[in-house]
Amino acid sequence: MSESLTVTPGDIVREAAALRRSLDAGFREEVVTSLYGEVERITRRAVQDSGSGPLELDQRIDRVVTSRLFGLPLMLGILAVIFWLTIVGANVPSQMLATGFFWFEDLAAAWFTQLGVPWWVTGFVWHGVYRGLAWVISVMLPPMAIFFPLFTILEDLGYLPRVAFNLDYLFKRAGAHGKQALSMAMGFGCNAAGVIATRVIDSPRERLVAILTNNFVPCNGRFPTLIMLATIFVAAAFPPAVASLVAAGAVVGIVLVGVAFTLVVSWALSRTVLRGEASAFTLELPPYRRPAMARILYTSLIDRTLFVLWRAIVTAAPAGAVIWLLANISPGGVSLATRTADFLQPLGWAMGLDGVILLAYIIAIPANEIVVPTMLMVYMSQGMMTEMDSMDGLRALLVDQHGWTMLTAVNLMLFSLLHNPCATTIITIYKETLSAKWTAIGALMPLALGFIVTLFTAAVARAVFGF
Amino acid sequence: MSVEHNCETCPVHAEMAQLGAAVGAFDHVVALAGNPNTGKSTLFNSLTGLRQHTGNWPGKTVTRAEGGFQFGGVRYKLVDLPGTYSLLSASDDEEVARNFLLFGRPDCTVVVVDASALERNLYLVLQVLEITDRVVIAVNLMDEAKRRGIAVDTRSLARDLGVPAIPVVARTGENMMALLGEVAAVASGEAVTQPLRSKGTAAFEHAVSKLVPMIEAAAPGVPNARWIAIRLLDGDVPVEEALASGRLAELVVRQQKPDARFSRKIALQGAQ
Repeated sequence: MSESLTVTPGDIVREAAALRRSLDAGFREEVVTSLYGEVERITRRAVQDSGSGPLELDQRIDRVVTSRLFGLPLMLGILAVIFWLTIVGANVPSQMLATGFFWFEDLAAAWFTQLGVPWWVTGFVWHGVYRGLAWVISVMLPPMAIFFPLFTILEDLGYLPRVAFNLDYLFKRAGAHGKQALSMAMGFGCNAAGVIATRVIDSPRERLVAILTNNFVPCNGRFPTLIMLATIFVAAAFPPAVASLVAAGAVVGIVLVGVAFTLVVSWALSRTVLRGEASAFTLELPPYRRPAMARILYTSLIDRTLFVLWRAIVTAAPAGAVIWLLANISPGGVSLATRTADFLQPLGWAMGLDGVILLAYIIAIPANEIVVPTMLMVYMSQGMMTEMDSMDGLRALLVDQHGWTMLTAVNLMLFSLLHNPCATTIITIYKETLSAKWTAIGALMPLALGFIVTLFTAAVARAVFGF
Repeated sequence: MSVEHNCETCPVHAEMAQLGAAVGAFDHVVALAGNPNTGKSTLFNSLTGLRQHTGNWPGKTVTRAEGGFQFGGVRYKLVDLPGTYSLLSASDDEEVARNFLLFGRPDCTVVVVDASALERNLYLVLQVLEITDRVVIAVNLMDEAKRRGIAVDTRSLARDLGVPAIPVVARTGENMMALLGEVAAVASGEAVTQPLRSKGTAAFEHAVSKLVPMIEAAAPGVPNARWIAIRLLDGDVPVEEALASGRLAELVVRQQKPDARFSRKIALQGAQ
């Protein structure tokens, strides 16, 4: 007993070091060698390998999928097809949902009025909260229900590690970890999920780089904005037959800009505040597996789609209420929404945007999904969020009535990539880093970049092209 | 290993129940270890009925997930550890896995191995066997191996390793009852294993035997003092630090509590 009191951890470590010195210098190699020998012996006895068919097929596929020449173009092609299917497929169901929801809104509001409910209760409940929810569901549900299963199929198939393999070269050049490609890919679904996915990166430095840059890829909440802009401003100039293809191409282009920012900012971070070299890693390319369809549908529809939708609903309801209040409280005859938008107008103009867009981004901090509805609501000054019946109507509203130009559209796309992450992502960054400093940097750096880039493009566009 | 199970007709077959995340009181703790992408999470899901997200890429499970199942009237808590190739280096996920095996004192550890890449998977198996006796090997992805013309003789494997080895297909649930039968036997102590352990040179064994009593005296209750001694002789810095800072004893306590800080993150991750 008395002896146990005298042994301190320090003693043990010192004793171990002394014993280590007394041992044969090669004892570690001996251990490793005997381990390898043992493993080989056991394997030889237990495994019978009679040549391999599918493995060779896998390797043949990999030779194309991960080749220097075809790897990246193939990846972009797959991405474009996914966006195209999402855009084309989501259009009709979105329209139907919107029609149904807004039909019910009118019905319910009329019913409230008949019952003698005060106008402001009807407005707040049906034209505020309910309309916010209806917008978010009809805009987000169809694209997600298409995008997430397609993405999950790629994941289940084993394509994601190949993407990481293809991009490793670029990330390494940027001083970042090749597995950042994986967390980036998850970011397309949801940036908060992307931030969590950075846990696959061991080195704290490279993990921070991955966390801070995850927001540069547009998440699912931001795609509807990008798709809308691509459809009315870019694709409108083309014949209808190819319009959706062009729109998909434009979205891929924006995604590429996002990836470029990811790489450039990773590079800049690796050379300044997070200085260091990229570490080597092994990434197994798993065999291609036939996706389990039932499970994919379950995972992507229940776990992913409904989860993201639920989050959007939870934030859209209060946001809808706030929007309604801002638009309907009018001290001195001018609504709070208009006053704030006017106040933000000079900055908005300098950025090639306007005050209303900036106001929408402030209200949409909890969830990026409601940027467009907020914007439209203030524009329409109807005191409620608005669903436009067609893309033509939307275009007429933005271009003819509110002076949008190509510059507005391009800079809004850029600002949609480059601004603060949504509240959920910010909270997730804090939970993962447990550091207020890095959380603040993660939130403010993209925003600062957004200001710089849009101020710059607006100035250039005005000086050179006379916008 | 001495216990025979004819599982399809075995009465306990009907008694398998998924308990989801509501583990509550449990009789035994079972850990799931293995290389990345061997189907640990798939096995975890099929046993617990939970939906820990699975994906065909290594590193999907980044922290331990917990769930429960019942088999033969006994309640088990199942802990899904992150996939690792070894337990030696100091990366985060290896440390999570290794700390749990060392200090969480699972009653049984199921090492999931990929039948089509057995050799590479065995390094981890041997390292787990250094830490604990109570091991069952689940040779997963048997269907995939078969398609590639690879046959694995699990009897030979079990004989060489000294622990049960069961061929399974986690995706379809094939042979799951046989696996659970062995887990039950090992966890209850009914089946006694004789894990393969490499004996070092005489000088090495002597050094180990000098350190073991010291470790046991300095940190009472620490399991696997032999393993810690070997790591110290090997100059394993994280283990040295854990010992020096008194964290070794602390870890023993902490590993036995559910990891509350992570559980919510897992919920979010599971959703994504």
